[in-house]
Amino acid sequence: MSAELALVRASGVGKLFRLHGDVAGARTTLRETLASWMGGGKRRPKTLAYWALRDVSFEVRPGEVVGIVGHNGAGKSTLLRIVSRITEPTEGRVEVRGRVGSLLDVGTGFHLELTGRENIFLNGAILGMKRAEVARKFDEIVAFAGTEAFLDMPVKHYSTGMYMRLGFAVAAHLETDALLVDEVLAVGDAAFQKKCIGKMGEVARDGRAVLFVSHNLGAVRALCSRALVLAQGSVHFDGATDAAISHYLTHVAPSGEKDGEILFPPPGLTFGPLAIHAVRCLDDAGVVRALFDASERVRVGLDVETAGGLRGLHAVLRVSTHDGETAFQSAGAIAPDADLPPGRFHVSCAIPGGLLNGRAYVVEISLETPGSHEVAPRRPYVSFAISGAGGLGADTPEAWPGVVRPRLDWTVGRP
Amino acid sequence: MSTAPPSHAPTASPLLIAREGHVWRLPDLREAWRYRELLWVFAARDIRVRYKQAVIGVAWAVVQPLFTMVAFTIVARIGSLSTDGLPPEVFYFCGMLPWLLFSSSVSSAADSLVANQDLITKVYFPRLILPAAAIATALVDFAVSFVFLLGLMAAYRVVPPVQLLLLPLVAGLGVLTALGFGFWWSALTVRFRDVRHVTPFLLQLWLFGTPVLYSAAAVHHAWPRALLELNPMTGVVEGFRWCMLGRGSPCRALAASAVTTIGVLASSLFYFRRVERTLADDL
Repeated sequence: MSAELALVRASGVGKLFRLHGDVAGARTTLRETLASWMGGGKRRPKTLAYWALRDVSFEVRPGEVVGIVGHNGAGKSTLLRIVSRITEPTEGRVEVRGRVGSLLDVGTGFHLELTGRENIFLNGAILGMKRAEVARKFDEIVAFAGTEAFLDMPVKHYSTGMYMRLGFAVAAHLETDALLVDEVLAVGDAAFQKKCIGKMGEVARDGRAVLFVSHNLGAVRALCSRALVLAQGSVHFDGATDAAISHYLTHVAPSGEKDGEILFPPPGLTFGPLAIHAVRCLDDAGVVRALFDASERVRVGLDVETAGGLRGLHAVLRVSTHDGETAFQSAGAIAPDADLPPGRFHVSCAIPGGLLNGRAYVVEISLETPGSHEVAPRRPYVSFAISGAGGLGADTPEAWPGVVRPRLDWTVGRP
Repeated sequence: MSTAPPSHAPTASPLLIAREGHVWRLPDLREAWRYRELLWVFAARDIRVRYKQAVIGVAWAVVQPLFTMVAFTIVARIGSLSTDGLPPEVFYFCGMLPWLLFSSSVSSAADSLVANQDLITKVYFPRLILPAAAIATALVDFAVSFVFLLGLMAAYRVVPPVQLLLLPLVAGLGVLTALGFGFWWSALTVRFRDVRHVTPFLLQLWLFGTPVLYSAAAVHHAWPRALLELNPMTGVVEGFRWCMLGRGSPCRALAASAVTTIGVLASSLFYFRRVERTLADDL
């Protein structure tokens, strides 16, 4: 059966980049090269080499939508560039069956002086479509982009949104066996993102395949059946999306953290009279987790030990997104108006369900005494992710705007 | 979920993406041929953009050879230079056409990869298409000024000889020469950042080493003649004038030109392939 044949099969792919002095790539000057020939190769510029990818193997089968998650610099884009033949691997090989379309940028090759109509044909040809094919799909492309009225206007007069829509529309109508998509969904409004995601789902249902790189874990979760976690240029995890995302958040995201928990071996992380032994994300049953449903309560637990004293000690919890945007901050008194007895104790804070948005969050904690004296300065400890399920609009795959998505009381009445 | 059979059952043998090792290879010319439509699209884009921006439009193609022709006609009349017994207007304009085809091909091909780096780093297509499209653009200018040349010849009552029929062959040789040097220069410009500064100067010198503004028959000394014949553009320019105006005897120069051009074109393809492998990383 053809479904057993991989559309894309990468085996042992590696990519070595060279830096010449501070200049990337092999571009040098003729003058330097001639000088080094004449000087017997003595004054050769310093080269620095590093592996952007190493020993990467995976397969993509027809009908699969595979997500690739990882930090900036983990090698995601390099991998897509190799699979789409933009650059060659240094080692290993990739086998591709059928036609591959890559969408690494929206509006690739658009020329600002040309009209929308001219650019549709130009962009289509650059992406590998025949003129007849573009002509056949022309109306469909224009309708998808919603830019009918501006077809004969140079695209330099387009708004960013229109430009992006037109670019994606052309690429989305490319008939390929595998589609490679990089971050393009980060642009455009929610309605447009929904359209894009719908189109990618369509591609997969057609028995074709999508390889999707994104920082938007919500979109990866909604769209992908499987995901690869890339870190330092190699595949850390390859499996079901939920497992991959939780692997990413716990093993790859902050250092030292594992599955929503960070433990400090004795004597703990010490700050003068105080030591932190552990920070955990727990569900209502007390189980450590890194992935929560939007409707679930997330408890952040803290194991602390003190030598006593610290009158007025309070904990400050700050929850922020991976981009550093603060969702909220909350303070809780530990020793309101008395000295603490020496020994260990447990502090816990419950973040209610139906508050956070479907994305990943970092938990930062500081321990302070009155007068803003930080006993334990603020730093990130653990992270967790909220999956988009639960409630109205929950099955929309794209992330909702905002760092929180609170469930509020709505009432409808007649005067 | 999967109720409908996949409409895109992949059957073709897989395409292999892998490093080819350190050997010199030819680019995949068959694939480049499959992408030929893209070549016209790029050429059409450049022409369209240029004519949209330039106020004088189509006349642009004629302005450059026309001004050179006027300047040299004045020089020729003052210094009583030989123009093989032809009106200097016709002689110079006729010589400028193949030369401009070559020089504008090489200079725009040289820039083509760097100018299109946004494309090269974002989407795959055979990279040879870009310098080749630059030459196609120059060919359009050539065609426009060729029509102008016919008008000029009519005005001066110069009747083309029977070897006019061989013109396509000579023009074809000119295109191959332009392709060979265009591929070399585009690759060198990527590899060495300072080459682009040298290019205009080099083309300027080259013009004086090509019988554009003088006749090859006027060069008698052995050494300059030998150098002249090594230059593949000598055969092209002399051949072009021979076809259009019936002057000169370019057989030797044409043969030398054909041999040099084949060598340059073949070596350019190998070098281009070498640069192409890491092109997207180097830009």
